Amino acid sequence: MIVGTPRPRLEGRLKVTGAAPYAADVPVPGLAHGWMVTATVSRGRIRELDAAAALALPGVLAVLDHTNSRRLNPDAANYFGPDGSLPLLQDDVVPHAGRPVALVVAETPEQARAGAAALRIGYETEPHDLGFALDHPAARPASTLFGPEADTGDLAAELAASAVVVDEVYRTPEETHSAIEPHAATAWWADGHLHAVDTDQGPYGISRVMATLFEIDRDRVHIRAEHVGGGFGGKTICGAQLILAAMAAEHVGRPVRVALTRRQVFLATGSRPPTEQRVRIGADASGRLRAIHHHAAFALSPLAEYIEWCTEQARTLYAAPAIRTQLTAVPLDMLPPCTMRGPGATPGSFAFESAVDEVAERLGIDPLDLRLRNQPSVSPVSGRPFSTRRLVTCLTEGARRFGWGQRDPRPGVRREGDLLVGTGVACAAFIAGTFPSSASITAEADGTFTVRSGATDIGTGARTALTAVAADALGVTTEAIRLRIGDSDLGMAADAGGSRGTTSHVFAITETAKALREKLPGADLPVTATVDTTPLINWQPDQERNTYSAIFAEVTADPATGEVRVRRLLGMFAVGRVINPLLARGQLTGAMIGGLSMALHEEGVHDPVSGRLVTADLAGYHIAAHADVPAIEADFVADYEPQDTSGVNGLGEIGSCGTAAAIANAVWHATGTRQRTLPISLSRVLSP
Amino acid sequence: MREFAYQRATGVREALMADARYLAGGTNLVDLMKTGVETPDRLVDGRGLDLGGIRTAGDGGLVLGATATNSVVAADARVRRDYPAVSQALLAGASGQLRNMATVGGNLLQRTRCAYFADPSEPCNRREPGTGCPALHGVHHNHAILDWTEHCVATHPSDFAVPLTAFDAVVRYETLAGPGEIPLPEFYPPVGGRPDRETVLPPGALITEVVLPVAPVTRRSRYRKVRERASYAFATVSVAAALDVEDGVVRDVRVALGGVASRPWRARRAEAALLGGPATPERFRTAAAAELAAAEPLRDNAYKVTLARNLIVAVLTELEGQR
Repeated sequence: MIVGTPRPRLEGRLKVTGAAPYAADVPVPGLAHGWMVTATVSRGRIRELDAAAALALPGVLAVLDHTNSRRLNPDAANYFGPDGSLPLLQDDVVPHAGRPVALVVAETPEQARAGAAALRIGYETEPHDLGFALDHPAARPASTLFGPEADTGDLAAELAASAVVVDEVYRTPEETHSAIEPHAATAWWADGHLHAVDTDQGPYGISRVMATLFEIDRDRVHIRAEHVGGGFGGKTICGAQLILAAMAAEHVGRPVRVALTRRQVFLATGSRPPTEQRVRIGADASGRLRAIHHHAAFALSPLAEYIEWCTEQARTLYAAPAIRTQLTAVPLDMLPPCTMRGPGATPGSFAFESAVDEVAERLGIDPLDLRLRNQPSVSPVSGRPFSTRRLVTCLTEGARRFGWGQRDPRPGVRREGDLLVGTGVACAAFIAGTFPSSASITAEADGTFTVRSGATDIGTGARTALTAVAADALGVTTEAIRLRIGDSDLGMAADAGGSRGTTSHVFAITETAKALREKLPGADLPVTATVDTTPLINWQPDQERNTYSAIFAEVTADPATGEVRVRRLLGMFAVGRVINPLLARGQLTGAMIGGLSMALHEEGVHDPVSGRLVTADLAGYHIAAHADVPAIEADFVADYEPQDTSGVNGLGEIGSCGTAAAIANAVWHATGTRQRTLPISLSRVLSP
Repeated sequence: MREFAYQRATGVREALMADARYLAGGTNLVDLMKTGVETPDRLVDGRGLDLGGIRTAGDGGLVLGATATNSVVAADARVRRDYPAVSQALLAGASGQLRNMATVGGNLLQRTRCAYFADPSEPCNRREPGTGCPALHGVHHNHAILDWTEHCVATHPSDFAVPLTAFDAVVRYETLAGPGEIPLPEFYPPVGGRPDRETVLPPGALITEVVLPVAPVTRRSRYRKVRERASYAFATVSVAAALDVEDGVVRDVRVALGGVASRPWRARRAEAALLGGPATPERFRTAAAAELAAAEPLRDNAYKVTLARNLIVAVLTELEGQR
């Protein structure tokens, strides 16, 4: 068995030596370069766009704008439905700052950039609204694509009967994925076929969107994404870089590359929207929860539907006679948001697990104990059993390793020199599952196997994990496996998102291996088997399927300066069977760093007058630096997912959830003050 | 990035004659050229000049060459022994890679990190005089609380310049008309109505060295930088302080603040309140309050007044405790 053993990633050497080609690295003969130009007003119309000076510059081949661009099909959709932000350069409307309004194409990137600077663009500015709030007049119920809201029991009666009721509002800001590789694409047309090397999280899905946009058959669209330098959700949607590169390649009749700058990534690719969340929790004096009400609002754009599903924890983590969730969408003049590092669950768990901690505080009960006392035996909303739920083990084993038992419950009393010290805990659940995918495997004459999957490896180690799974499924060593991924021509496949890439691709590969082994005896080689898992997936399972975590944090706070530093982080995870503990631990550690970064640093800020993003670079938008990241331990409890033929669940996002709440709860324990707004920046901690 | 001419200078006179912008480590200028904030036609590279050394001055002070790198100055044994706050300030800035490139002279001439200044599609009086200051009513959480005007509310980004200002270091320069020198406390003019006028250096002047004067007080000095993450961020507020106490009485004291004004802020009111008096926490608090009485926070940065006050007290208390 190779699955279950720690093995380094297959492409590790290529990556650390710079030999792994990313989307902007692939050499293409006759390449031209496009420079994207984005709107500098937050709402309005393009009054004039004068390209004459740009076109007169050396090397400039063309300027694409709404007056001369090919028409795109407005029916193109993203995961949530029709997406009006996808057809670029179609009209003079500026729906938000950062909207691409032109592309300058030239022989070199420098010439294209000089051309962009020479464009004269006049706008007619209209009043914009970026004033996000839960009670915004335009607020409306969010899409119920993920299922109906929870509404069990008599909320008002249970609240009235509670000994304590926590009723607080929590806020998280706009956040940006900040993957190390900025978005880039190279596109060209040949014989009516569109070819592209893109940076995205699922080339097959992207090929479908591009086919709709350009109104050609999907099998005429060929998207490759061989190596992707991080996604975090920010490369799940069909990006402006690819759409513009394809439009420009058609326009100039040459291959065109569009590589965004870091600033353009901030301005023109979607972020996690801000959230405002009211959480009400009632409990009796013994610490038994009676009522849970989680009402979360997030911002979105009128151009596209989107769901920041903040209320997941409220319906999964604890038993209570009354549970109600409410999700509210607030349309604003912003870039359409994009899923990011545990969408919904991560900001939602910050609010919900902070509120649970406040219940423990008011009751004088240990916060770990309160969580253990309220564990449900079946799903508290649906009544369905859980397929596997090792959350209690995560909590108890984590508490043992962290030394929680020696914790002094009083807040604001432990000093080390000038610093206050505190510890906190939070737990999280993240919905797991499998999406349809296909795979094909060829048994070659030389005894090796070629495995083809439309999967992509965005830095998670998917290539290494899928190779191990294929080797085990075929009963050979990994040396006998030739895995090809990252290409829409390799078959229908789920994208590397929603913590479902690996489970979906593993299922397709193991089913295909099974089919091939049945064909193999006596067959003339090479022989190929192909399986599409669409009909094999049970969409109405009688059990709930989640991953779980318990996160423990120790922080210091300097009351004189407001500086908070995380000193220790421990995450215990129940994620089904672990395919590769080395890579899985790396992914979870990274996700916990993302949670730390969210807790203390990350905040997209818009100018209160112009509405433009002010924090549009990594100097203004802080992510955790190395010095902010303490010793982190991420480990697994023994687990097996019975709903999956390989026993696995996705683990891409569970590490982000819970971390911010654990840190915020530790800050309360250190200082005695609750931090209900992220990030916990020093000005929020500093006492006046 | 626009095209520009580049030449390497091997002598100071050659550099002065080039009639060009001076390039040293390039850690700020090149970034700003890439984003279109700086658009020089000509660059003259001063790294080939013989200005990279550190030597002891005749009177025992220390002379830092203009192209000595931050890393070299921070690691110098004399700097660490006689001016510890200078070494600490350099090490609190940027990253190891940047400190290996950035230089003494370039550090003093670096531009503000105000986000509006950094974005050529925004108005900015410092970048384009007369266009306005969006930070005044915009995002100014990390902007000035002292000495700002409606023309500009940006802060000076240098860590290094803060202890230099506290210690009355002197900038020496050359021009075609001859050499000159300017004490650090006068090197950056008040922002007034001309935020684009960032130093009082004469046009075309080339910084050749920075002199750290001899003063016993600097031996017990400390630089403390508070920022929004543990490294690789500009100061929210920083303090450089030095304290000389004999028989419980303050004989000499130096305090300067970073991150609070368009220039490193010499806290002369605080110094005056302390000099000749007892070195007690109460006096430190009174002195800090005296300095910050003049503060005029913007809509969203009043926390910096508290922070600066606390930080002055904390650093002076720490220095007093070290005796």
